[in-house]
Amino acid sequence: MTTKFTPDHEYIRVEGATGIVGITPYAQEQLGDIVFVELPAVGKVFKKGDEAAVVESVKAASEIYAPVSGTVTEVNDALSNEPGLINSDPEAAGWMFKIALSDASELDGLLDDAGYAELTK
Amino acid sequence: MADSSAETLKTTPLYERHVAAGGRMVPFGGYSLPVQYAPGIMAEHKWTREHAGLFDVSHMGPSFLELSTRTGDAEADHAAIAAIIEPLICGDIASLKPGQIRYTLLLNAEGGTMDDLMVARSPRYPGSLYIVVNAGTKEADFAHIAKAAGDRAKVTRADDEALLALQGPEAIDVLSALLPGVVELGFMQYGPFDWEGRTLIVSRSGYTGEDGFEILAPASLASALWDKLLADERVKPIGLGARDSLRLEAGLPLYGHDLNETISPTEAALNFAISKRRREAADFPGAARILKEFAGELTRVRVGIRFEGRLPVREGAELVDESGCVMGQVTSGGFAPSLDAPIAMGYLPPSDAYEGAPVIAMVRGKPVSGTVVAMPFVPHRYFRKTKSS
Repeated sequence: MTTKFTPDHEYIRVEGATGIVGITPYAQEQLGDIVFVELPAVGKVFKKGDEAAVVESVKAASEIYAPVSGTVTEVNDALSNEPGLINSDPEAAGWMFKIALSDASELDGLLDDAGYAELTK
Repeated sequence: MADSSAETLKTTPLYERHVAAGGRMVPFGGYSLPVQYAPGIMAEHKWTREHAGLFDVSHMGPSFLELSTRTGDAEADHAAIAAIIEPLICGDIASLKPGQIRYTLLLNAEGGTMDDLMVARSPRYPGSLYIVVNAGTKEADFAHIAKAAGDRAKVTRADDEALLALQGPEAIDVLSALLPGVVELGFMQYGPFDWEGRTLIVSRSGYTGEDGFEILAPASLASALWDKLLADERVKPIGLGARDSLRLEAGLPLYGHDLNETISPTEAALNFAISKRRREAADFPGAARILKEFAGELTRVRVGIRFEGRLPVREGAELVDESGCVMGQVTSGGFAPSLDAPIAMGYLPPSDAYEGAPVIAMVRGKPVSGTVVAMPFVPHRYFRKTKSS
């Protein structure tokens, strides 16, 4: 299991051929109180970099991009009642959607722990 | 998320306090100001509604309009200064009593709004006015006022001083511990108060819907006053984010969003700001248009809207009818922390602007249902003095 990051502050935790996508603790802190999340439909096909979801904080709306290409297999329905899970637990309970990877080699283009830590220093 | 323009931004006398307190600094109106502190917008908003929030609003434009030649007769001098400012605005300044503040609008020749502002008789001397304008428009406002005044009066800017706002139900207890005299002030009244050997101008006013105060302090006292107020456990520093959500819940328009050069005070549902004497005299800019609108010939009017669900409907969203025809636009909107629901202000044709009217807003191509509701969204809690003995 590895976790990779985009420069736009999404993470993707890869488990086999599936990736779990959310935003990083750094990103949730920057956004502030999250009041609404618009998630993609299950079955939706994304290319890397497509707009996949929208997170609304009190202040503004922010687009969330697909870190890799693939098909959405599951979304975190808990967020519709409790969008604040992204603030309180972004890397676990606050995950956003799962995606079946169509090209695992795209992961190589993402940042690793050290690279992301450097970016947000 | 880049804050790299910080070096070109102006700072207020409290800049270092904000940074030290963990404020997230953003560019706003040409200044670097905190959008929030660690607790976040939601918590800061709620704290202000329940206790007392301290805001740095030094970016705004406090100023004094002062007569060049005084007669020494207080009422005559006040009449003279009122005669200079009144042709630019729709408010009655001549009838202001000492210590009274009036909310008014600076209008262009077509009756559009150049700015909304506070005007008060200044404590400095009779025949001077204390005026506070918005940050984004202050250069244009001051130039416009100075031009109209010619050599009869001069604008003395105080925008290098600190302007603090202390807002919330506990503001009175906090501030009266420091300045006992403030308990005598009613809503929209102000006066000079001495602190640490200097004069503070304290008004019982604000833009959150709560009881509270705005305090103009010399820059050299700003940090000490800020620290003193924050030493009270009922007070927390509050950023611009919560300032915006508080004023939205209070149904108060924001210049550059709900008000602009095309929107008249009547369209903005600010008829109270068009004083009766001025209306009867029809002697303010754009009077021909505004009086027609006042009599009912309106094409759009500012309304409050409450939306179903949790999706915030923000500035720029189109308001449509059931067949998809565009009726108007949202001018400011967001999530109301006190109501745990999305709310907005926008403009609609008067026929669609009644309380209870259904509205649909389009957000990213999707319809969001809402209802026109009375404003304020959250009741005002201004301190009004009773006339009983």
